[in-house]
Amino acid sequence: MKILVPCKRVSDPDNANKVKIAEGGTAVVADGLEFKPNPFDDWGVEAALRLNENASTNESLGEIIVVSFGPAEATQTIRQFLAMGADRGVLVKSEDATLDSYVVAKGLKAIVDKEQPDLVLMGKQSADGESGAVGAILAELLGWPLAFSAATLKTSDGGKTLEVGREVDGGILNLSIDGPAVVTVGDRIIAPGAVKNGVTPDDHAYPESDSGRYASLKGIMKAKKKPIEEMELSALGVEAAPTGDYSDFTMPPARSGTATFVESVQELVEKLQTEAKVL
Amino acid sequence: MAKVLVIAELTEDGVRKATLSAISFAAQAAGGTGGSFDVLSIGAAATGAASKLASYGAGKVLTATVDGGYVGERYAATIAAAVKNGAYDVVACCATAYGKDLLPRVAVKLEAGIASDIVGLNVDGGTLKYRRSMYAGNVLGTLTLSTALQAVSVRQSEFEPAAESGGASAVEAVDVVDDAVASRIRFVGVDVVKSERPELTEADVVVSGGRALKSAENFTNVLEPLVDALDAAMGASRAACDAGYVPNDLQVGQTGKVVAPKLYLAVGISGAIQHLAGMKGSKTIVAINKDKEAPIAQVADYFLVSDLFEAVPALTEAVKAAKAG
Ligand SMILES: Cc1cc2nc3c(=O)[nH]c(=O)nc-3n(C[C@H](O)[C@H](O)[C@H](O)COP(=O)(O)OP(=O)(O)OC[C@H]3O[C@@H](n4cnc5c(N)ncnc54)[C@H](O)[C@@H]3O)c2cc1C
Ligand SMILES: Nc1ncnc2c1ncn2[C@@H]1O[C@H](COP(=O)(O)O)[C@@H](O)[C@H]1O
Repeated sequence: MKILVPCKRVSDPDNANKVKIAEGGTAVVADGLEFKPNPFDDWGVEAALRLNENASTNESLGEIIVVSFGPAEATQTIRQFLAMGADRGVLVKSEDATLDSYVVAKGLKAIVDKEQPDLVLMGKQSADGESGAVGAILAELLGWPLAFSAATLKTSDGGKTLEVGREVDGGILNLSIDGPAVVTVGDRIIAPGAVKNGVTPDDHAYPESDSGRYASLKGIMKAKKKPIEEMELSALGVEAAPTGDYSDFTMPPARSGTATFVESVQELVEKLQTEAKVL
Repeated sequence: MAKVLVIAELTEDGVRKATLSAISFAAQAAGGTGGSFDVLSIGAAATGAASKLASYGAGKVLTATVDGGYVGERYAATIAAAVKNGAYDVVACCATAYGKDLLPRVAVKLEAGIASDIVGLNVDGGTLKYRRSMYAGNVLGTLTLSTALQAVSVRQSEFEPAAESGGASAVEAVDVVDDAVASRIRFVGVDVVKSERPELTEADVVVSGGRALKSAENFTNVLEPLVDALDAAMGASRAACDAGYVPNDLQVGQTGKVVAPKLYLAVGISGAIQHLAGMKGSKTIVAINKDKEAPIAQVADYFLVSDLFEAVPALTEAVKAAKAG
């Protein structure tokens, strides 16, 4: 099937505690932090690869297109996903500050209209802004079904129908969906048996991992030759007009002082009773 | 003068507690602007839940009975129509899995700007300004939306649940509106994770276990007695969930649930920033870890440097004794 995976670059999510705030709280400054692919999108790409391959023969069963909205440097993020195995990329050149969930979703709609994929598979949220809204907005703009926060994904007919297990509070909610659809994912989707496509043998277990597959050297070489189409946001007929403005950035209040190290269980219980008064 | 509609999240036989946090947001927004708020009870159990929802000071409780299991596509159009017909300015929901799925779709139908998972509200000369947490809880920012209509999801742990006000709001049914896309989605069922313990996001005490527990059996035999001695909810790190020691819906953190109990115990959890994002709002934090350099020390109030397999059983006994005494 043809799968579109939107992906965003974010400042190193494992060092998010090193971001700073500009004077006057006007901006978040991530100087010195490397840009990394949004981990949620990394999981999206991994899920797309699993849907579109016969893992026992390494045969590809379709096409994966990676789309990013951002400055020219976002090409690097796209390249990383091409090295994992995606087929081609689209960079929609835009200033990060002019993007919000609506702008990105409207741009994605224009690309979906043009590319006509069978599925849009993406992170359920970005690790920096954490809006978690683009997927739902896109589905609504397209008039497509949405499966938010999929933990499992199964197809057996090339994606015409999708069996999706959504993570909800208190369990997994199972849906059967007629494609095309938008599916958003969290980390569960890369669990060993989470994605089944009816072609890769059902008992094939992908390795346990915290992230999508590593790019092989061969993958990295190949990615250099894979096409990345570039376009301006305006060429999609989308105005760079966010629906809101951020101001007054601050650090959250630091927690009271530093940890009191205690030597024994008895001492801990005493402190919890007399100092913290929580027992 | 903000007129707010709260979308209630219902359970099979009542109202999800998180809804009360959304109501308390609505009361703040309405109070701060001289406006008002109503509540929409939607779902299979909408009518039954309405009488409960009528006791929180809403002007009206609207009901929309939609049978069958939850499918967002079968709710969004009905909600959007209710918002339009009632000329609301703000539509609000709790930022649970339910609200995160549903609210943006309602927003698009209304061309409403979205403030997701807000942790605070400022009312500035009649304008609503939303505080949001970003970068795994390391930055707070104020979002001002420029759209006439606004869609807001509310982080439960940051808004005290609304208290019953005594009065009873008028109850009124609204039209259920079909959405063509809904015919492409079939509800199959929910695999429910049953637990007798308090719900993670609602408990006063949370005991979370990490990778160091090493197995599902150890969660059961070592950690659970402590959880129960404290009448706590059980939580876990992503590593523990991924390894299958406990169900996924116990995950605390950026990808999981955000909790802010009175007491949070992190047992054998290193304190990666994505975990901290889900628990550092807790009032008192206790870490049990054999590595005193573990990053959890940055947020812990008390840190017991110990092997958990010795400390936890001893702590369980001590807690029991303390509670008995
Ligand atoms: C985008 C993204 C989102 C994420 N979201 C989440 C999330 O929502 N929640 C989450 O938890 N993680 C999340 N993670 C993963 C996170 O980065 C960590 O990998 C994870 O939290 C580690 O879990 P842990 O602390 O149990 O394991 P470890 O980091 O392996 O820590 C185990 C700890 O146990 C201690 N220990 C070992 N043996 C003992 C013993 N016998 N007694 C006492 N202490 C012992 C060790 O000293 C260590 O500190 C996310 C990651 C990414 C990239
Ligand atoms: N600038 C962007 N370029 C491409 N995709 C994006 C961008 N911003 C957000 N997305 C997609 O939308 C998802 C949810 O992001 P958000 O709604 O911003 O939390 C991400 O996981 C991405 O797949």
